[in-house]
Amino acid sequence: MTLILDYEAGNLASVKRACAHVGMAAEYCADPDQLRRAERVIFPGVGAAGSAMQSLRARGLDEALREVINSGTPVLGICLGMQVSLTHSEENDTATLDLIPGVVRRFAFDQPDLKVPHMGWNEVRIVQEHPVLADIQPGDEFYFVHSYFPKPQDSKAVLAVTDYEGDFTCAIGKDNYIGTQFHPEKSAQVGLRLLANFATWNGQC
Amino acid sequence: MLSKRVIACLDVRNGNLAKSVKFVDTKDIGDPVAKAREYYLDGLDELVFYDITASSDKRNIMLDVVEAVASEVFIPLSVGGGVRSVADATDLRLAGAEKINVNSAAVQRPELINECAEAIGNQNIVLSMDVLRTEVSAALPSGYQIVINGGRTNTGRDALAWALEGEQRGAGELVVNSIDADGTKDGYELTLTAMIARAVRIPVIASGGAGKPEHLYQVLTEGGADAALVASMVHYGDYTVGELKRYLHDRGLKIRLG
Repeated sequence: MTLILDYEAGNLASVKRACAHVGMAAEYCADPDQLRRAERVIFPGVGAAGSAMQSLRARGLDEALREVINSGTPVLGICLGMQVSLTHSEENDTATLDLIPGVVRRFAFDQPDLKVPHMGWNEVRIVQEHPVLADIQPGDEFYFVHSYFPKPQDSKAVLAVTDYEGDFTCAIGKDNYIGTQFHPEKSAQVGLRLLANFATWNGQC
Repeated sequence: MLSKRVIACLDVRNGNLAKSVKFVDTKDIGDPVAKAREYYLDGLDELVFYDITASSDKRNIMLDVVEAVASEVFIPLSVGGGVRSVADATDLRLAGAEKINVNSAAVQRPELINECAEAIGNQNIVLSMDVLRTEVSAALPSGYQIVINGGRTNTGRDALAWALEGEQRGAGELVVNSIDADGTKDGYELTLTAMIARAVRIPVIASGGAGKPEHLYQVLTEGGADAALVASMVHYGDYTVGELKRYLHDRGLKIRLG
């Protein structure tokens, strides 16, 4: 069973529906003990970094998530769920989970023509092969909606990049953890392919 | 580089697809779920449902439509029409809508934009504005005014001022719908769209008047729009979504080809 981390009572139905569509049985989970027993975990994004971290801590889900990741369980972070895996976020100046060393930055305000949030479809360029990103072709586009992006310290954690007046990291990974800035559950057929890949991934790269 | 989006708008009345000309004379033209599926499989970037159901006791039908579409269409889904409160927005979100469109109710009570932005996030709240060309005056310096109730009521509110106020109150996107152009198939209102797109820093979706692929190209270039909304030109089978996107791509625009 895949557990969808429900840490802020947010609207996670679109993630669950997309899982169902690719044949991945999934349930919501807000309980740390249940989370520790997960076969695989999806960590979706709801709200802002500050309140997300507060909710995770209040429910003891931050520690449970750390244990789950250390135990080798495949984990997929989406959007904010990916961003809080780094060390620090500029959003609400928040200390985050520090699973992947690095920071989360806001898109530059000093480019007057750059619309923020970055919202819409954009190309994902894979820079490091990964089982969950298998079958994604050059030119394939995914749906984004975000104002902040991840900047991992170690370039080995960068799996894919996207150009928005310059390249930013749009997928990160380390061992059994992978995170995407884009929303596979809203990215039509290529997004469903990514979720199907995750459904069968054993956590090895 | 971000792609320009092609968005299809489905007007739904009592659970059926409807299309109006200049907002009157609506006729039912089919099953919204089947249409949504067809456009999705043809590469549509985003879908908007607009509930034009008159009687409030039939509004729950819309939630069923949204839920049915959300379980098989995996692109952003936006829903509007009659959203008056955070509770309305939340119901639609739980049914599967990602973005919520507010229109008349926001004109009557602008705080609705702030409340929804706070509750569901700026990026999920779309301010949809129906705009009518008018004489330039001290009260209407842009030469365009906001109309509500499906285009039947003039508000005396300046369109450009309202767009800026909507952005400032937390709307994440604007739909600029020209009542003058709506249903004419003569092309989008380029002057209006460009004026608003230049003034705000949130994405602008142009609406009303599309009849030919060339019209989409014009509004996405000259009109400065981030997305073009289409309705009758695809609903009646004059063009397919795939054809429109291929055309725009071949004209040199950055477009997602599915």
